[in-house]
Amino acid sequence: MSEPVIQFANVVKSYGDGPPALVGLNLQVRAGEALAVLGPSGSGKSTLLNLLAGLDKPSSGTVTVAGKRVDSMSESASARFRRERVGIVFQFFNLLDDLTVLDNVVLSAQLTGMSRGAARSRAAELLDSLGVGRHARAFPGRLSGGERQRVAVARALMNRPPVLLADEPTGALDSASGEDVKQLLTDLNSAGQTIVLVTHDVLLAAACATRTIELVDGRVVRDVVAAVR
Amino acid sequence: MSALGSVVRAGVGRRRVQTLVMTLTTLVAVTASVLAAGLLLASAAPFEKVFDAQNGAHLSVRFDGPGVSAEQIAATAHASGVTGAAGPFPVLTVAPTVAANSSDMPVDSVMPTMTVAGRSTPHAGVDDLVLTDGRWATGPGQVVLDAKNAPMAVGDHIRFPDAPGAPTLTVVGIARSATASADAWVSPAEVAALAPAGTEPGEQMLYRFASAGTDAEVAADRAAIAAAVPAGSVTQAASYLPVKTASEKTTAPYVPFVVAFAVLGLAMSILIIGIVVSGAVGSATRRIGILKAVGFTPAQVVRAYIVQALLPASVGTVAGLLAGNAAAVVVLGTAGRAFGTGTQAVAPWIDVAVPVVVLAAVAASALVPALRAGRLRTVEALTLGRSGGTGRGRLIGERLGALPLPRPLSLGLAAPFRRPARAATMTAAVTLGAIGATFGVGLALSLNGIAQGMGDRQVGDVVVKAVGGPSAHPAPKGSRGHRDPNAASLPGLSGGAGFQPAAYTGPAASPVVASPKPVSTDAPDPIAKIIAAQPGTLRWFGTGTARLGVAGLAGVTPVATFSGDSSWGPHQLVSGSWFHGPGEAVVPSGFLSTTGTRVGDTITLTDNGHQAPVRIVGEVFDLQDGGMMVMTDVRSLAGLGAVELPASIHYDIEVAPGVSVDQYVYDLDTALQPTGAGSHRNQGVTTNTVVLAMDTLAAMLMLLLLVTAGLGVLNTVVLDTRERVHDLGVFKALGMSPRQTMTMVLTSVAGVGLVAGAIGVPIGVVLHGIVLPAMGHAAGTRIPGVDIAVYSVPLLGVLVLGGLLIAVAGALAPAGWAARARTAVALRTE
Repeated sequence: MSEPVIQFANVVKSYGDGPPALVGLNLQVRAGEALAVLGPSGSGKSTLLNLLAGLDKPSSGTVTVAGKRVDSMSESASARFRRERVGIVFQFFNLLDDLTVLDNVVLSAQLTGMSRGAARSRAAELLDSLGVGRHARAFPGRLSGGERQRVAVARALMNRPPVLLADEPTGALDSASGEDVKQLLTDLNSAGQTIVLVTHDVLLAAACATRTIELVDGRVVRDVVAAVR
Repeated sequence: MSALGSVVRAGVGRRRVQTLVMTLTTLVAVTASVLAAGLLLASAAPFEKVFDAQNGAHLSVRFDGPGVSAEQIAATAHASGVTGAAGPFPVLTVAPTVAANSSDMPVDSVMPTMTVAGRSTPHAGVDDLVLTDGRWATGPGQVVLDAKNAPMAVGDHIRFPDAPGAPTLTVVGIARSATASADAWVSPAEVAALAPAGTEPGEQMLYRFASAGTDAEVAADRAAIAAAVPAGSVTQAASYLPVKTASEKTTAPYVPFVVAFAVLGLAMSILIIGIVVSGAVGSATRRIGILKAVGFTPAQVVRAYIVQALLPASVGTVAGLLAGNAAAVVVLGTAGRAFGTGTQAVAPWIDVAVPVVVLAAVAASALVPALRAGRLRTVEALTLGRSGGTGRGRLIGERLGALPLPRPLSLGLAAPFRRPARAATMTAAVTLGAIGATFGVGLALSLNGIAQGMGDRQVGDVVVKAVGGPSAHPAPKGSRGHRDPNAASLPGLSGGAGFQPAAYTGPAASPVVASPKPVSTDAPDPIAKIIAAQPGTLRWFGTGTARLGVAGLAGVTPVATFSGDSSWGPHQLVSGSWFHGPGEAVVPSGFLSTTGTRVGDTITLTDNGHQAPVRIVGEVFDLQDGGMMVMTDVRSLAGLGAVELPASIHYDIEVAPGVSVDQYVYDLDTALQPTGAGSHRNQGVTTNTVVLAMDTLAAMLMLLLLVTAGLGVLNTVVLDTRERVHDLGVFKALGMSPRQTMTMVLTSVAGVGLVAGAIGVPIGVVLHGIVLPAMGHAAGTRIPGVDIAVYSVPLLGVLVLGGLLIAVAGALAPAGWAARARTAVALRTE
């Protein structure tokens, strides 16, 4: 069996004096898995995602992603990690309104020092494959929610990250757009992309995930491998 | 607490950085405004202010001789036209020497003739004296010196060798008289003790008159006094008018420079308040929308934001008043020393007017954007505040993104185009800072060049004085340089009023030659021959001063005569050339304007019924003797039979490379012994009071302008960073490192800084080109071109980069905050 691409070992995360957001989390995700993280508000889903992306550090325990110890990285190393090892799709897209669609997508590649030509070429390919190539010169404000989320997915995939993180990717979409994104994630995972999907949408988890865990009060209360999709 | 109070408290307390910036901005603005207004007032008729404050004497009269009684002298206080009088005070003219002192004055050096008056108190009703250091003389052995007798200080000692027992007095205080009615003051009983054997002190009276505005009126007043006493009793009568004229000539050059800086400072203060306050309120449009959405009326919203701005501004204003008044002690003190009027306090009305104006500016700056947001439909305010300028500058941003630059750089360069109005105000702030810096640097360079070019300093390595060195027997009256209140337009530029420390280091000189010396127009005089023959002499020139007539001019005119090679002398030419031989002369701008002559004209020097024409070949920068000193080759005076003042004769010598200057001085002194002349190592240019004062003022004002400009940048970048915190979170989530984030933020202001520098520097150069000639005009001279053209290309380049530096310095802190911002928190920010 291959080494896990994501490993949480006894991770605890506390904020101030309140109850911990994650309590002794032990979790492994193998390459090619699509893991859905379910749970009610305040269960620790977003905290888990933030720790995975290096956006936050655990109070104790270790987090390893694609061979890198994320919990002990400096800010600069964490930034480099996010460029190279993970792609993030946010609930509210987080596209920059004053950059074109194409410029939004190439941004993460440019931060790694990729030449503009090579970055634009890869970005155009991604946008075309995701069905939004015709909007490359438009600004995000002109796109529908579903189209913006596709652009966000293209941006997340620019640097071919081993892991794709999606935080409520359909949360801000209408049902039709949500279906589009659902299918997109399924197709990506079928092609071998490791995905960690944080959602409260059980149907989305059932449709996209090969494995589902449920968090309640910072603890994994259920860990189920999905039947064949 | 009311809802309004809660909103205000939250607005002030939660936006700590913005509150701090607003507090600092008003602090700096108030400080700069208090100083600027204080300086403007101080430079407006400073002599009149001091004269009125100290009840200055229109006329100072000395009575001598047995023919007039004390009662008759006292009765002159009731003469026609007298409105106030003080005295009689016993008064003496003495010739003291320097005794033990801590001011590095050579002991036994001869001091200029001194008028010593006896007063039991500094306050006399007329000519009240202001103690600037120490205390009043309360008994024997104590003396208070006039402030112009620098560098003597409290604790130093002065000896009176002509008095019985040659007493030594201790300087216990330094005081200032509005009209320099005496050079020193002692207790009345002490005056008699200082009188040389066989002499009697005179009596001094000080008067104020109903009419004393012109020379004619003062002359009439003098006549009225003289008529009240026996004929011949009045031995001296000094009018205040020459002192006033000299003071005005001293202060006039300051006015253009003070006005320029003051206007810059005031404009900057108002601009920065506008930038900071309107920016803070403008960035709160979305918050205002939320307040309206929950039920606040537009009027309540406007009130809330004005109060929110006035709270920190009030704190800053109070702090700024304290800081401004504290700084004014130094600034106005420096100005006062240069004006010769002493420190003036900040006028009370300034301490009231400045806060009122500043707080009004704050309120107005908050009112406009608050009204605008208050009038917006709520949904518009909510959308406007979130969009952050959607659409603006996108095209430019796209084009910049296509450049082969690291992405953080191109993102930063595009930032000003997203918010052009904000970028424009930031550019204006930095531009003003660049103008101030350019003007200040240029002014300092020009003033120092002018000080170097003043004709009354020695050049070269060694100076020989025909009458020099310490002596046990003071020379008879008239042998030392006299103090003429009209002697210099800018008295401080001569480094002191007449006292010449000998700094003698060689063998003791022979007895001083005291009598005027005939101008030698033959082959080099004996001293010159010795200098020329001395091994180690590279080049030399000699100079002396005679007082001759000039055809068409009343009275006598000072004429400086030069022997040897004077082409390497200290004078700077305004136009034309230095004279090349006899029959040619150079004159200052003041002489040309007074006589109506031009370069190329011929003037005729006269003396003893003889005439010597000389052609004016050059206009020189010189302010000695009211800018009237004619300079010519000594041979031009052949046949005139003119005499030179011995104390004015000196020689400047440049020693050959590799020769020890100290050894040269020793050997030369040995050779000069039979002539009575003495040599010493040139001590260099003494600190020029006026230039030092102007440099100090310029530096302080420049610093204030730069800090104010930096605050404007800081505030703008803080606002921008806060508005874009969510975007920053996105960048960081995508992998922008802290260094890249800082680069992006700093680059966003770098372009603005360079543009502002490119705009501000030429304006500063133009301002300098206007102000400096105006200062010269006020001093009655033209400024040499070399002292105006002080901006070299490399210097201009550095100054343009200075705009960049101001901008980057102001953005450093918020750039660091942006780099350190937690990504997860930034992403959650709406």
